[in-house]
Amino acid sequence: MHALQQVWHSFFNPHSFTLAMPDIWAGFQINLRIMVIAEVLVLVFALAVAIVRGLPGPAAKPLRALAIAYTDFFRGTPIIIVAFFIGFGLPGLQLGFISTMSIVTYGVITLTLVYTAYVTEVYRAGIESVHASQRAAARSLGLTYSQAMRYVIVPQAVRRVIPPLLNDFVGLQKDTALVSVIGVTEAAAHAQGLSTQLGDFVPYLVAACFFILITIPLARFTDHLVAQRERRERAQAF
Amino acid sequence: MSEQAAAAGNGNVPFVHVQGVSKWFGDLQVLKQIDLDVSEHNVVCLIGASGSGKSTLLRCLNLLEHVEEGEIVVDGQPLTNSKIDVNALRKKIGIVFQAYNLFPHMTVLQNVTLAPRKALGVQRERADEYARSLLRRIGLEEKADEYPDRLSGGQQQRVAIVRALAMGPKLMLLDEITSALDPQLVSDVLNLVRELAESGMTMIVATHEMGFAREVADKVCFLDAGRILEEGRPEQIFTQPREPRTREFLARVLEAEKLG
Repeated sequence: MHALQQVWHSFFNPHSFTLAMPDIWAGFQINLRIMVIAEVLVLVFALAVAIVRGLPGPAAKPLRALAIAYTDFFRGTPIIIVAFFIGFGLPGLQLGFISTMSIVTYGVITLTLVYTAYVTEVYRAGIESVHASQRAAARSLGLTYSQAMRYVIVPQAVRRVIPPLLNDFVGLQKDTALVSVIGVTEAAAHAQGLSTQLGDFVPYLVAACFFILITIPLARFTDHLVAQRERRERAQAF
Repeated sequence: MSEQAAAAGNGNVPFVHVQGVSKWFGDLQVLKQIDLDVSEHNVVCLIGASGSGKSTLLRCLNLLEHVEEGEIVVDGQPLTNSKIDVNALRKKIGIVFQAYNLFPHMTVLQNVTLAPRKALGVQRERADEYARSLLRRIGLEEKADEYPDRLSGGQQQRVAIVRALAMGPKLMLLDEITSALDPQLVSDVLNLVRELAESGMTMIVATHEMGFAREVADKVCFLDAGRILEEGRPEQIFTQPREPRTREFLARVLEAEKLG
């Protein structure tokens, strides 16, 4: 009985819950802001990198190599290390505006760099999944390579990868908590402070609830899209 | 165009001139020294077993495949010249594929108007109007705003033909366009091709429909293992083939048609 009571007090104490709520909610606004800005940037940059990686011809080889080096590096490096590099490294450079941005901006840059590498691969898989005959059909009509990409290949590719993109979106939104290590006072950072103050772990639960409140609807929406596609594809098979 | 050139288009100099074209996929030689001339307003049918090189030859004519050896001239322009503007050339040469290859994320109308709008710079209203008139001609105007997956295979293939026609091509390449269709849907597509032939469109048609080839072709070429083994008027090829391989092939096809 005693153990249960202790668990209750450490994790679920309603009093602490109410006390922690306002500060963590304020911190969570920062998570949301980082998430939205980074996600928009990631969606744009990743598509650009994916297209560069697929450019044909020997002339584009250096660009392709650069794109590959980029994705390899940032997919292989833990976010926390990138965060230190950006959050502490850039200000230390004393390079004009690069070194004087807000700490939240460094957080956005960190997440954008890392997630762009992941999402590039998602887009690339989508582009490659569009059958070669679609490109042949587009080119045979006299469309240029970039017109074929823009009007025929990329729209089909993006539709196909929306579920995995949303999946990465969920990952990104959780990882906004990681940038607390460079001093961004977002929800997790607040929770840590409050936990020490109140002497229990309830603030972490509060923070977790906020994250889950966003991720669960996103996950269900993704499931819904996948199911919808499966229904459509089954219908087409007949 | 000078008078001389105009006269040339009418049969003296062929509209399509293929000479000594060879092509390899890795070690496999899929086209062996192909020579082929097609006069303007003529229909040439390519027949032969699967893998004989019919599709590859058509794809070479649209530069969808790189030609490794030999020369192709279409309407006085050497395709195999590396300086050629591929996109400009393709606007004059339409190709229709066995698998239709409509763009699934676009409506029928968008499928037909995309290339005229983007590659030729036609205004949307004019492109739409022309596309609708073409669709009306094939009886599919009411499908203009549907997506391809709502259409039957035969309807999709007719839209694919119209999509190529919307560019105003001078040459049409048809690559076994009825092979993926249910038998009852074949005739609608063939009727459209027949109409095109009657309107004087220059066409090169790879086909397994021997009756159709016999009816519309001005010339029939029998391909075997990457070579044009025999060519001639359809009545000659179908009734008195010179080559034993041609005879063998036609006998097999006839047998299959009887069984079908």
